[in-house]
Parts: sequence; structure tokens; C-alpha cells
Amino acid sequence: MTSENKIYFYPIWLRIWHGINALGILILIFTGINMQYSSPKFELMNFELAVNLHNISGILITINYLLFFFGNLLTSNHKFYRLRLKGLIKRLNLQIGYYTSGLFKNEQPPFPLSEKRKFNPMQKVSYLIVMYFFVPGLIITGLALLFPETIIEKVYSVSGIFLTAIFHASLGFLVSIFLIVHLYVASIGKHPLNNFKSILNGYHDLSGH
Amino acid sequence: MRSSFKFLLLLLFLGISQKSHSQEKALAPENDLCLRCHTHQTFTFHNTLTKKEDKRMMNPLYILDKDHFATGVHAKFKCTDCHSADYSTYPHNAELKLEPLSTCLDCHGGDAKYAKYQFEKIDEEFQKSVHFQKSGESFTCSKCHNQHYYQAKSRTSSVVGDIVSFSNDMCMSCHSNNTKFQLISDTLKPALAQIHEWLPNQALHFKNVRCIECHTQVVDSLSVSHNILPKEKALKNCVECHSKNSMLEASLYKYKNIQTRSQVGKLNSIISNKSYVIGAYQNTWLNNISILIFLMALAGVCIHIIVRIIKK
Repeated sequence: MTSENKIYFYPIWLRIWHGINALGILILIFTGINMQYSSPKFELMNFELAVNLHNISGILITINYLLFFFGNLLTSNHKFYRLRLKGLIKRLNLQIGYYTSGLFKNEQPPFPLSEKRKFNPMQKVSYLIVMYFFVPGLIITGLALLFPETIIEKVYSVSGIFLTAIFHASLGFLVSIFLIVHLYVASIGKHPLNNFKSILNGYHDLSGH
Repeated sequence: MRSSFKFLLLLLFLGISQKSHSQEKALAPENDLCLRCHTHQTFTFHNTLTKKEDKRMMNPLYILDKDHFATGVHAKFKCTDCHSADYSTYPHNAELKLEPLSTCLDCHGGDAKYAKYQFEKIDEEFQKSVHFQKSGESFTCSKCHNQHYYQAKSRTSSVVGDIVSFSNDMCMSCHSNNTKFQLISDTLKPALAQIHEWLPNQALHFKNVRCIECHTQVVDSLSVSHNILPKEKALKNCVECHSKNSMLEASLYKYKNIQTRSQVGKLNSIISNKSYVIGAYQNTWLNNISILIFLMALAGVCIHIIVRIIKK
């Protein structure tokens, strides 16, 4: 599936998943901020509409997560997420060194992308944390808040619902921070838009990593 | 071994008798004569006309529960402290009934000893209340605060349940009892359960929340407001209480959520979950931390962009 210097990196199911996920997460962050900080002085949009959109997008993202989960399970895509713990710190340091210094000196990236390596170590670690801890955590707490009778009444003297809501909002916040960094790092390449094109057409241009 | 067991029993007995003694105060001995008749369903007197001992029924409103009286704030009072001293002779002089009874403010008003309880302010508030508006002077303090049995529960008890039930019993003594209700009103007592039908978990609320929480206009300077509002003006806003702490808030969230799910279609209700309380789940500490992290992330990105442009 490779042309001269292009690899077919992102199969169609992955692009569909990524597209829905991107759209859903953007709506969730926007409506989530509106719900969390809503006051008479601060209202980005109608509160009820924000709640409805948040719930719909949440359910959509949950179903979409299944596509991601089973897509990885059933195809060979999961191998890109496999993490070797041995020497991980060293590899991460190399990558951080590249982003903070080597990149500016026009050095070659320490982990050039190939058919065998789709993610550099930093990507791998952050994607694993976000997709296997943050997003499932958000899904579980989000569903629990839709069915509050499933939440335990009290943790010491604090309400379980309150803790679940705080946890949900905190994870949501962390995902939004991830999104900022994710979008920015995607702009690092030969041309800032290269990686954005890749996730749309599936082909990664090796000449512009 | 046996003797120590007996000693233990003795201690236990002393403990119990001590306890019951502390709850009930000794009544004034001067009251013995009055209470000999006024604690019984019947009374006997020497009928000077027939020259016989006569047994008659006592007016139930004039029968006093002696034990109950002994637990009240006025337990140590002599009957004649409030009632005319002339009642000490029998048969009581019929004209005594025409004498006005002492009112609470006769003692409690304008007295430095009771100043902190602000009885004058209470009277002022009470005069705005629906009780005074509808019944005027005939609605005396004692309609709620039975002068013979009243306890300062909200000040002396630390058990919230006791305070709630004592307070609500005051309202219920008329509002769920037609005989007493009609001492004031010409109508029948209102159907409380029906009127409060809108209130979720009615029984639980009645047990744990004082009627006055919703039915009075709160005045900051008074510990208990006496301006009982007409029912149209009573508080009917769940969030008023249910946003005050996380437990109350959570119970409302849960209730509203399940309620909507049972009313409209399941999927529809899950999507339009209206149980969110605006701004409820904010935590100042977390808010500040999140703003800091957010700004740091943005700053990091900006610095990186600048260096990228410079080094290009």
C-alpha cells in the first residue's frame, strides 16, 4: 500500500472513528465548559441545549469507543500501541529532547515513523493513557451520572454523586489539555497541515514526518 | 461475687432513678390541691345542698398531665402564678372566668432576663403571620406553645430528629386534629397529605424537615421565625435546600433523574437529563488548579511556536 514516500497509515475504520471522536470531544468540551462554569454572567449557549448536546455526544462517543476498542482488537493496529517498559524513560527523554531542542536544530527525529512504527514513544504513552484510562473513566462516570441510582450514596460524609461529578469534570479537563497538545504537536512536520491531511486521506508523507 | 453483683444492681438502680429524677422536676407543693382534681377524669366534692359526696366529670380541656407538666419549662410554677389566687377555694367563684388570664408577655416581655429571646420582636413578627391575620388576639401564644408542657427543645436538644418532631407536633396538634383546629377556625382542618402531594418523598420530608422551614419568613435576628406565611407564599423551591450541601443536592439530582425517566420515554429522558444544578459541582481549589494547568499548556505551546518561527 505504499507509494514512493507515502505509507497508508490510517485505515478507513480508524479515520471514521477518529473523525467522530474529534467532533464529539469538541462538542463535549464546549458544552462541558458551559455546564461547569455556567452562571448568569457566563453562558456560551443555552444551558438546557448544552446539557442535551453533552448527553447525546457522550453516548455517541461511548458507542464510538467500541469501534476503537474492537477495531484495535481485531486488526493489526493494536501493535502500534504495544509498549516496552524496558528503556522507556530513556526513549521518552530522547523524544522530549527532540521536541525541545533537536527539532529547532533541524536534527532527524530519534524515532522516525515507518510502517512498523506509527507513533513515537511520547505519542504511544499519551495515547495509551488517554484512550485506556481517561476516556473509559469519562465513559463510566458519565454513564453513572445518567443513572445516578447506580452510584454509592456516601463516601464518608461526601455524596458519591458529587465525587463522581468532580472526577468526571477533572478527567474531561485533562482530555481537553491533551487535545490542545495533540493538535499542536500534529502541526509539527514539514508543513503544519501535513498531519491533518494524513488523518483525512489516510496517507502519511514520510518526507515530512 | 454475689455481693458485687448486688452492688452493681444497686448502682444501676440509683443511676436509673437519678436519670428519671433529672428529667422531671419536682412540682410546687402548693399545686397538690389543684392537681388532686385537675389531673383526673372525675372529681369528688361535698355537695352542700344534698349533704352528700358528689362525683362529677371534669371538663377534658381542664385536665392536666402531671408527668408531662413536670417536664415543661414552667414545671416549678405555682398554678396561681398565672391563674387567679382565688381559684384556691372550691367551688371556684364563677366570676373568676371573666378575669383575663395572664399572657406570656406579662412575664416574658420587657424583662432583662428574657431579653435575648426577643419576645417583643417575636410578637411583632407573629402579628404579620397568617395565624394573627385570620384569628386576631384569640390566637394566643399558647395555641402552639402549650404553657403547661412547653419545652425549649430547639435550644436544649442536640438531637435534630427530636427538635423536628417537637416543632412539627406543635403545628400538627391543630392541623391534624379537627377538635383543636375548630377552637380557632370554623372550617375543617386542611388535608395536609393532599396539599403536599407535589412534595417528593412526603413522609420523609415530614419526618425530617420542620414545617416552618418552608412556611415562615426567616428573620436573621430571630432563631425561630414566627411569621407563619399563608400557604400561597410558602416556599416551593427544592433547590433552596437541596443546593446547600452535597448530600442534599445529590438526593435531588437522583430523584429528578429517576422521575423524568419514569415520566417520558427512557431514551428521551436520558438525553434530556434536567437534573443538573447550575454551577453545583464546582470546587474552587480544582477550578484554580485547572486554570493554572490550562495557562501553562497554552504558554508551552506559544513558546514552542515562537522558537519554531525564530529557528526556521
